[in-house]
Amino acid sequence: MNSLFLLVLLPLAFACIITLVGKRLKNFPEAVTIAVTLFLSCTSLYLLKMLDAAGSVIVYKVGGWLPPLGICLVADGLSVFMLLVVNTVALPVAIYAWSYMKIYTAKSKFYALFLLLLGGLNGVIVSGDLFNLYVFIELTSITAYILVAFGINAEDLEASFKYAIMGAVASLFILLGIAFLYGYTSTLMMADISFVLSARPNTVLVGFVSVLFLTGFGLKAAVVPFHSWLADAHSSAPSPVSAMLSGIVIKTIGIYALTRVFFNVLGAQQNILFVLMVLGTASMVIGAFLAITQNDIKRMLAYSSVSQVGYIVFALGVGTPLAILGGIFHLLNHAFFKSLLFLNAGAIERAVGTRELNKMGGLNSRLPVTGLTSLVGAMGISGVPPFGGFWSKLIIIIAAVASGHLVFALIAALVSIITLAYYLKFQTLAFFGVARKKQPEIKEVSFTMKSSMVALAIVCIVSGVLLTPRCSHFLNQATHVVAAGMGYRDAVLRAVK
Amino acid sequence: MTAYFLCLVMFCIGLYCILRKRNIIKIIIGLGIIDYSVSLFFVLIGYRLHGRSPILAGNQTIVNMVDPLPQAMVLTTIVLGLAVTMVTVSIAVRIYGKYGTFDITKIKRLKG
Repeated sequence: MNSLFLLVLLPLAFACIITLVGKRLKNFPEAVTIAVTLFLSCTSLYLLKMLDAAGSVIVYKVGGWLPPLGICLVADGLSVFMLLVVNTVALPVAIYAWSYMKIYTAKSKFYALFLLLLGGLNGVIVSGDLFNLYVFIELTSITAYILVAFGINAEDLEASFKYAIMGAVASLFILLGIAFLYGYTSTLMMADISFVLSARPNTVLVGFVSVLFLTGFGLKAAVVPFHSWLADAHSSAPSPVSAMLSGIVIKTIGIYALTRVFFNVLGAQQNILFVLMVLGTASMVIGAFLAITQNDIKRMLAYSSVSQVGYIVFALGVGTPLAILGGIFHLLNHAFFKSLLFLNAGAIERAVGTRELNKMGGLNSRLPVTGLTSLVGAMGISGVPPFGGFWSKLIIIIAAVASGHLVFALIAALVSIITLAYYLKFQTLAFFGVARKKQPEIKEVSFTMKSSMVALAIVCIVSGVLLTPRCSHFLNQATHVVAAGMGYRDAVLRAVK
Repeated sequence: MTAYFLCLVMFCIGLYCILRKRNIIKIIIGLGIIDYSVSLFFVLIGYRLHGRSPILAGNQTIVNMVDPLPQAMVLTTIVLGLAVTMVTVSIAVRIYGKYGTFDITKIKRLKG
């Protein structure tokens, strides 16, 4: 069977199987989830190989129907890049969840929802038409609402309700945009919409639809005027879920979908790019200032996500190929170190019993592995030289200077210093210094949790290698899809014929 | 044209309901109203005045047919809307159990 189809079908199928039999078989849901995520990571790697053989794009026609009548799944450089990021983050998270989720009841439901979330994310990435994109975004969002409320504490429920209402309104804005586009172009396939729009340009419609999509995807990605749900939702969820949400969900259903629609379907107009740039800068600044005042670790990390997503959106807004390369590389780096930091936060919470920074101190002697990996994550995200995060931020700032946006570049550099400040605060208060009180009962977390944190930390350390000429093809082909804009349409339409 | 305008009015009523109401059940109802207005808009796009159903028969030519695709998509949208309503209502029930109120201004333990 086609590997693109498997990427979506397999997690959804196993989610159903786990729901049916997961309660009766011990350790079955955990083992199946890890096996599926491992398989999906391998499939994404295989797709990367396939893509080189097939040229620039792989198209799979579902049921053999010819597009634009039938549905098609599309994998190009950007999709394969996103698939690899999503599935390789999901694997350590699934391993971590094995022992982390032991204290919860209804574990099998958690794993079923986890696989549904993963299936939805893969679906968003490979879908070639707008309506499928919407359906998979909804699938991802609904599972995310449920997973946020998984602990059913009062705070979890409140956060989940807030997230659900804002997310549902965002989805409806996206659907309204799709309805307008369909009314004008009479087609749903993204490449075909782009083709019709280039033959019959309509600036009023495209402008209006852009605003609807910007609101919808902006809410999903928690860009600044729409960021208020993120800190509640991401800090209340169980830690593996927070890692998934902050690490990949907001990037896939927010930034990836936004990039695909704006750059490849509607065409990147100068005014939209400027709006992205301003929103990105606002997110960077406001997210960083909100993060520095937090006392709760997970809330700090969540606001830091707002700030880092701001960098990515800003880079897309600058719009030169170099800036897009920086944005895409930062997306990859942020996915890895933010999921690592959320897993660290979960480990700390499990070992110490609190998430409040001013009740910790001197944890390095008790939690050596957690301390070391979180140091790697914090150094990576705040842009200390050998780590990947430094190179991606450097590229973004250089690209902003090169295209003449000096003020924005200066702001980006300053925010990077604030980022360093609040991660130093986190490290100092939690891991260094002396213990606040005698806590002999604090023990390092279990082996599975440690191993997944170490795996993610290693990726954070070596991710800078991706920029070397031998490996840069991987990032370059993703950048090329975004920078070429309408090249997506030609490539897909050629592959379909 | 009137139908489209009424659709917009419905959308605005739903949005008003979400933004201004304090009872969380009313907010969920507002979400439903927006959902219906978008579905209605989608169906209206495919509708043709005095159109017929798009079924091909042997000895006739179809001149003015209703577009069936939006109707199929609206079915999907309605199901997704049902899922969202179910999730939000079940969360609302649990919230009532924890906080003892449906008033959104009193449900505020998360800060910062």
